[in-house]
Amino acid sequence: MSEVTVYEKSPAEMVLGKKRAKESMRAQVMMFSLMIFMTLISFTMVLAYQAQVSGFSSYFVLPTLLLFAAVQVGLQLYYFMHMNEKGHGIPQMFMFTGALLAFPVVLTFVTIIWW
Amino acid sequence: MSSVAQKKSFGATLWDWMTTVDHKKIGILYLLGGGFFFVVGGIEAMIIRIQLLQPNNDFVSAGLFNEIITMHGTTMIFLAAMPILFGFMNAIMPLQIGARDVAFPFINSLGFWMFFFGGLFLNISWFVGEVPNAGWTSYASLSLLSEGHGIDFYAIGLQIAGGGTLMAGINFLVTIINMRAPGMTYMRMPLFTWTTFVASAMILFAFPPLTVGLFFLTFDRMFGGNFFNHAMGGNTIIWEHIFWIFGHPEVYILILPAFGIFSEIFSMFSRKRLFGYPSMVFATVLIGFLGFMVWAHHMFTVGLGPTANAIFAVATMAIAVPTGVKIFNWLLTIWGGSIKVTTPMLYALGFIPSFVMGGVTGVMQGAAPLDYQLHDSYFIVAHFHYVIVGGVVLAILAGVHLYWPKMFGVMLNEIMGKITFAFFFIGFHMTFLIQHWLGFWGMPRRVWTYMDGQGWELANVISSVGALFMAIGVIVLVVNIIMATIKNAPVGDDPWGDGRTLEWAISSPPPFYNFAQTPLVRGLDTVWIEKMEGNESGLTPSEPLQDIHMPNGSIIPFFMTLGLFIAGFGAMYHAETAWGLPVLIFGLAWTFVSMSARSLQDDLGFYVKKEDLEKDLQRKGGRK
Repeated sequence: MSEVTVYEKSPAEMVLGKKRAKESMRAQVMMFSLMIFMTLISFTMVLAYQAQVSGFSSYFVLPTLLLFAAVQVGLQLYYFMHMNEKGHGIPQMFMFTGALLAFPVVLTFVTIIWW
Repeated sequence: MSSVAQKKSFGATLWDWMTTVDHKKIGILYLLGGGFFFVVGGIEAMIIRIQLLQPNNDFVSAGLFNEIITMHGTTMIFLAAMPILFGFMNAIMPLQIGARDVAFPFINSLGFWMFFFGGLFLNISWFVGEVPNAGWTSYASLSLLSEGHGIDFYAIGLQIAGGGTLMAGINFLVTIINMRAPGMTYMRMPLFTWTTFVASAMILFAFPPLTVGLFFLTFDRMFGGNFFNHAMGGNTIIWEHIFWIFGHPEVYILILPAFGIFSEIFSMFSRKRLFGYPSMVFATVLIGFLGFMVWAHHMFTVGLGPTANAIFAVATMAIAVPTGVKIFNWLLTIWGGSIKVTTPMLYALGFIPSFVMGGVTGVMQGAAPLDYQLHDSYFIVAHFHYVIVGGVVLAILAGVHLYWPKMFGVMLNEIMGKITFAFFFIGFHMTFLIQHWLGFWGMPRRVWTYMDGQGWELANVISSVGALFMAIGVIVLVVNIIMATIKNAPVGDDPWGDGRTLEWAISSPPPFYNFAQTPLVRGLDTVWIEKMEGNESGLTPSEPLQDIHMPNGSIIPFFMTLGLFIAGFGAMYHAETAWGLPVLIFGLAWTFVSMSARSLQDDLGFYVKKEDLEKDLQRKGGRK
């Protein structure tokens, strides 16, 4: 017989909830525009590389693209998949552990197998 | 529904065990299943030692010898050591954290059946007469060229069993994160629970590479893939990498729970708090991380180049540091303790020197230049048997004696336990110590036989006699178990008298709901704290007596796995027979139908009524 209890929020809690939702929305819109901006830069860089604009060598474009990709993954996880909210400590720990453990694998494969 | 034992027909009992989702019963199933495969692997080991007893022996043929060593290794790692440890994790860990079951009881049952059917699949190869024969590592060039269906049995059998392992690992993780009793903070968890946690996290990260590797192998052999076929643009070295990316963490998945069992034993029978508990936890976690950074030390002679070899050599040696921390903490736990040399304690005391020897030879092999000398010699065989038998198997035997009363409600005979230890321990060192020298004298591993006059005769005789001693030890253990079961003398909550953790504060075996009231945990070794403060029950309840929600049993896990088992045969024979493909499709469909049956039914479990709990408590003579 599980007991279902209905909890009614107080007016103060309602106000706080609305304020938080608004802040969250603002952050999401900001991050969304930032991500679109970064995607635009990435495309422009690749076009510049293809048009052989001086300064846009593959040694510059590739690492920058990877960096942007990493930042976008982070933004995606933290702002759109709500990892910045409370109660995500354990999933975060496991995700970072996974990334840490995968890193030497990828490094090994690209350096000594597929080189 | 009450916990009173009722007389049941054989069919009802069998149905009860096949449908059970109770973590204690699944623990027993794992223990029995693992024990069975341990005996099978042990018989294979005896055949190997008989074959190598004398030069130019022809007890078994060369081809059969290859099959036996392959199956010995595969069986012992995947089907004996891991399941038996899972048995202890299942039976004990939820009790240690004050939980009533694991987080996903249904998946727990599914995990067991997948292990069991995977093991069965692998061993059916003996009856088909086409047995895996490329070594337990099944290196790709060799395994791709192996004729018959031997390697197919390996790939599919391990795929099924490995899926079960992955499920069990995730289940333990969620259980430990979410289902600890009030007051049980991470830094108050008993060390066996901690090692279960870290080993499960390692399973979570290590088993997916194995799954991928086995899929590649399956596709290469059965469905025309070319992942490892260099002539078609594949790369044979990738199998080695993938296998060891899984395989090296695997040995830590085995040894960490063993460390946990020994930590419990040292602290119980020295009657002291575990020395340096925080550093033990830290060392466990560190070993967990480092275990993933060293896999290429199995491949020094492949030709990775000096840079890679040097990096992996240094990382390998780093693991000796946290392991050393553990060894010293155990020694300092014993130091000044009030030591009681029971059978489990005897194993624990024997474990320290044995495992240190295995660890030291490990560091020797970690030195890449020396490894060029030792690689593929009997030195390697000696090393990994020293860590796995001297660490994991001693822990399993110690755990069997320690937890038998908690799991089955009867005590194993102490004198016979000590006889088992004596035979096994002496036999173990006799078998494997001399193999270090055999390695130095040039005897390669995995050879079927050897010529006379190379100075290996006496050493091989000693080694084989030692194996016989180990077999006698195991037989004494089996007799001990049978005698204790027949005698059936029930024991109290804490048969050892020195229990420190929650499992020793409830009856043996525990009622199916474990704790009538969820306990309040007041520190590390909470039962010990309560007892020292005069609370004889060892428990402080954290909630009033109330209805308990429990899961219903289900046969669906059995059927889900049966489908995969059938599909395995279909996949294996689809190329040469007409019935292969239909059977493959039928098996998979069977599994999917079982899965939808599970998804579509609303099974909300049942409640144990407060009145029934009160009756149970009164029958025990109230809370004593």
